[in-house]
Amino acid sequence: MLSLDQLQQTDKKATRDGFGAGLKAAGDQHDNVVMLTADLRGSMKSEDFINTYPDRFIQCGIAEANMMGVSAGLATAGKIPMATTFANFATGRVYDQIRQSIAYSHKNVKICASHAGITLGEDGATHQILEDIGMMRMLPGMTVINPCDYNQTKAAVQAIAEHHGPVYLRFGRPGWPVFIPEDQEFVIGKALHLNQGSDVSIFATGHLVWKAVEAARELEKEGISVDLINIHTIKPLDEEAVIASAKKTGAVVTCEEHNKYGGLGSAIAEVLSKAVPTPQEYVATNDTFGESGKVSDLLEKYGLGTKDVIAAAKRALARK
Amino acid sequence: MADIQELQRIASQVRRDIIRQVFLCQSGHPGGSLGNADLFVALYFDIMKHDPSFNMEGKGEDVFFLSNGHISPVWYSTLARAGYFPVEELNTFRAIDSRLQGHPTTHEGLPGVRIASGSLGQGMSVACGMALAKKMDGDDRTVFVLTGDGEQQEGQNWEAALFAPHHKLDNLVVIIDDNGQQIDGPTSEVMYMGDLGKKYASFGWEIVDMDGNNMAEVVETLRKVQGQRNGKPTCIIMKTAMGKGVDYMEGTHKWHGKAPDEELALKALAQLEETLGDFPAEGI
Repeated sequence: MLSLDQLQQTDKKATRDGFGAGLKAAGDQHDNVVMLTADLRGSMKSEDFINTYPDRFIQCGIAEANMMGVSAGLATAGKIPMATTFANFATGRVYDQIRQSIAYSHKNVKICASHAGITLGEDGATHQILEDIGMMRMLPGMTVINPCDYNQTKAAVQAIAEHHGPVYLRFGRPGWPVFIPEDQEFVIGKALHLNQGSDVSIFATGHLVWKAVEAARELEKEGISVDLINIHTIKPLDEEAVIASAKKTGAVVTCEEHNKYGGLGSAIAEVLSKAVPTPQEYVATNDTFGESGKVSDLLEKYGLGTKDVIAAAKRALARK
Repeated sequence: MADIQELQRIASQVRRDIIRQVFLCQSGHPGGSLGNADLFVALYFDIMKHDPSFNMEGKGEDVFFLSNGHISPVWYSTLARAGYFPVEELNTFRAIDSRLQGHPTTHEGLPGVRIASGSLGQGMSVACGMALAKKMDGDDRTVFVLTGDGEQQEGQNWEAALFAPHHKLDNLVVIIDDNGQQIDGPTSEVMYMGDLGKKYASFGWEIVDMDGNNMAEVVETLRKVQGQRNGKPTCIIMKTAMGKGVDYMEGTHKWHGKAPDEELALKALAQLEETLGDFPAEGI
């Protein structure tokens, strides 16, 4: 059982580096794992896999729609394709290809998307997708995973290679605190309890889990007991964990680097409204596109910082 | 050597099946289906090494993908006649709870179908993936994919057209159904595409012309390209007449996506010899 004391920053590495490490490990474990990319092998931090298994690397050029179809064909023949590009080009650009050739066709394709969310930084809103979780969550049969640090991303890649079925794996560009224990087991669809508490539940996914950890430390100092839960798998959602925590605390905060519509907050609200109606506050972007800027400036401007999580927790508590 | 007359007899039955399928549910796409009956029969009854007990991965088999999924009636009939599922099931086409969806899918587990198609322009990419997997696995069988000519207006085809020669997929055969028609009219009027053969040739494909309604030529051409391994994928520009075999449907886009009424259905069936026995159905 984890607790805040154990969640200390041990390093600073990008989740996309965790993807590269996990891909190499998955490649070692499964001969049929192949990697595709649309002219972004460098950004995907996958040189280790590519150099070790050059015959299992497929360059698609800047043609994401074709890459999704080729992946579906490879999966039909029994391969485990990891189709990689930036999250914007891995979802919105190719939604119909994913819908028909992968999701509806039940293909064992892993869509591995880097540079998700606003922490892409200086490239700006054309590349900062904040709608991808919603889009992917809408597809029947699609598993949606948004790991929170290097270690969790590495473990998630190995887990999705073992899992049969289409998966959307979302991770990011910037260096980010590493704080999940390296040996922490990753189970698809199983929430990870980071701290036991009784006053307020904080459900967080992706990069914002670290912000939630920082917020929880501050809240605990103020005498507010936080039930902190990492929802790395947004679909299928661990409804049991959500309901149990909400029943215990009676106040909920959701944290994600995504639009407030369609993402983790929406997924949690759908469960709560059916099972245990609970006051809920959202830490998410407010139905807006992003912009260029430093990661720290963007997180502050768009309301995704530690202080925003703290404020949301207090608002939720006040509504009890 | 194939018995061309026997293949033609099967094709006649497939054409009857097409008419009866679309008549029974009063929907579907008879025009392109009729035009492609000769190709499907040649592939499944002569050219391809394939197993009707059906294995999704298709290892050691020739594999066919249908990109222009709306011509599902010709595929369903061919698959049923080749033993993939009972011929009787053709009477469930487009009905509730059927495995024979309006556009082919894997969702209901229909044997013979490996990918959903219907939203156009995706089949060539999927076929590239299958051809690449066969290369990786040292499986020398051939991957065939059929697309419509109007479908070539979708940009994804041209991404695949770059991909296949780059990755030297000489085990891939793309067949473009050059019937010159699409749902809004002649392709030259809807969106002029120029010389598709020249375009593909300039991308690095081997180009072959074929009369898709001449069974002997279809068989001869497919057999020739099937074993061709020269580093280049093959693109067959296949001339067909939309609606082939039914006089009032031939050469017009008007029967692209429309079912005949009873009088016209009977008129069509009168032109198509029943050679293998019709599938059972009420009313026709």
